[in-house]
Amino acid sequence: MQKGWLSRISILAPYAWLAAFFLAPFLIVVKISLSQSAIAQPPYLPVFDPRAGWDGLRDFLGGLSPDSYASIAADPLYLWSYLKSLMIAGVSTALLLLIGYPVAYALARAPRRLQGVLVLLVVLPFWTSFLIRVYAWMNILQHDGLLNQALIALRLIDQPVSWLATDYAVYLGIVYSYFPFMVLPLYAALERLDPSLLEAAADLGCPPWRAFFTVTVPLSLPGIVAGALLCFIPITGEFVIPDLLGSSTTSMIGQTLWLEFFGNRDWPVASALAVVLLALLVTPIVMVRQREARQLEQA
Amino acid sequence: MAALVSFERITKRFGDFTAVDGVSLDIEDGEFFALLGPSGCGKTTLLRLLAGFEQPNEGRVILGGTDLTGVPPYRRPVNMMFQSYALFPHMTVAGNVAFGLKQDGLPRPEIAARVEEMLALVQLSHLAARKPDQLSGGQRQRVALARSLAKRPKVLLLDEPLAALDRKLREETRFELKAVQQKLKTTFVIVTHDQDEAMTVADRIAVMDRGRLAQVGAPAEVYQRPASRWVAGFVGDVNLIEARVSEVYPSFVTLAREGLKLRVTPSAALAPGASAALALRPEKVEIAHAQPEGSAENGAAGVVAEIGYLGAMSLFRIELDIGLALKAAVMNGTAARAIHVKDRVWVSWAADAGVLLAE
Repeated sequence: MQKGWLSRISILAPYAWLAAFFLAPFLIVVKISLSQSAIAQPPYLPVFDPRAGWDGLRDFLGGLSPDSYASIAADPLYLWSYLKSLMIAGVSTALLLLIGYPVAYALARAPRRLQGVLVLLVVLPFWTSFLIRVYAWMNILQHDGLLNQALIALRLIDQPVSWLATDYAVYLGIVYSYFPFMVLPLYAALERLDPSLLEAAADLGCPPWRAFFTVTVPLSLPGIVAGALLCFIPITGEFVIPDLLGSSTTSMIGQTLWLEFFGNRDWPVASALAVVLLALLVTPIVMVRQREARQLEQA
Repeated sequence: MAALVSFERITKRFGDFTAVDGVSLDIEDGEFFALLGPSGCGKTTLLRLLAGFEQPNEGRVILGGTDLTGVPPYRRPVNMMFQSYALFPHMTVAGNVAFGLKQDGLPRPEIAARVEEMLALVQLSHLAARKPDQLSGGQRQRVALARSLAKRPKVLLLDEPLAALDRKLREETRFELKAVQQKLKTTFVIVTHDQDEAMTVADRIAVMDRGRLAQVGAPAEVYQRPASRWVAGFVGDVNLIEARVSEVYPSFVTLAREGLKLRVTPSAALAPGASAALALRPEKVEIAHAQPEGSAENGAAGVVAEIGYLGAMSLFRIELDIGLALKAAVMNGTAARAIHVKDRVWVSWAADAGVLLAE
């Protein structure tokens, strides 16, 4: 009996974790998004007061309104910010795939005894603080930074180029920072790929380049999906990289959100932005999952 | 018949290791040919050289008069059935079988017809829409066979095709494989370490040892007239009796060792005084309770040490008084009087029962 009891707890544990650290905070954010901005402490209304009893609860519920969502919908600035974020995340994820796939492929094909070391090298930059690495890029990219000095020394340019505070710098920073998140799932998928499958493809008359697209890519699809999600989702909400490397016009949703929170002290709109962002990201994933589940049932 | 496949003085080295060492071998059109040997003897390397996955360091592979040197695997008119089957897990059974045909850009209806034909050949038409991981081991094996035959290769290469099956299924599948080969008349080259498998399916066998050919011949030839002690020991069970040649006559040779006189039909050129071995299959050894009258040669007295019951026959291990152990296989139910462990017996064999080996 004790075993059944224990195993039930161990099943509940992850749900309890999710409830405490994801669902509860999320519900608080949803609640704030339905509130009104106010000059008060906390800076929104209504605030639920259990001492007021049922009347208090009724007043509290009556005070909730979707005004913040209406103002988000009304102002194209927010829409623009979302689109910009999705675009930067989409392009960065595509770039990460293009660069990460060959690297992961080479890792998976490297001699076994080298693979551990090579994987370690991919992760090695993570041992330095993320912020320090982004500041390092600021140094490299700035007007009299390493990049301009090197390009001038190589006589490729004769005037320093302003790299910093451009979208290019943002892409560079994102691709650099998220590289391991793309490479590791791809490596895991490619490493499992049975090399005799490629031999079988060649044996059946398929040249290597075609076998790559008909065998290797489809079989590494789970890794591609995992890597893409692992990059796309956090990039969409990225704040530090566009803030430090981007221009004032970059304004990804993370920056807009920061501005609402700390600049305007408008917590309800900021919360509503966060809720909409989550909906934007979660909906397609749920749809993909459902399609997969349906395919599994059919099979 | 002309040779369809010719290996011409092929040598293949991996670093310091010589996997194939100067092998020349012809395989004829329509033959079921087996490469037999222990692991590491170079048989799989030889197959992979023909498939094009490896390039020889020396020598060349000729197929139907064309030198295959430098021809990549995807342009060779041979197909391989892999030991792991190497079925594409993301494609259905039909998709797997169609894969090679699609590479040739055949029209769709033709591909569909050929896939159907191949699946019917291996009796899997009803599973065409399944994915490989929804099949049993035996079904996967048949999909692999259908896929490798779909392109009508000039030569079908089979790398340990039955190794992953359990024993009973493996024995049934041998006959199926043989039936398919006889139906299609395609040249099959099979690699196996299992001598029963090679003997059952093959028209001819090449026995390999450490990168070289030890013997090439029909199964019965290899079994009954092994070329060396090594081949005799590898192909089937054998008693090797070492002795020294005493007299050589045109019709017989006599040999002697302590307490034993042998009179054997000559099968190798031997001079008196040379050492040789008599290779004697256990089923050629006869056991009796008493020594027959007037038989001084080709026999010895001993004690039954062990009896292994194998169903149709029993395997006896007899310790001879001269300090030699001999294996004898006797069909059950044929002996006049039952023989038990620790019985004193007389073992004997005919002059032409064994093969005299110099090597």
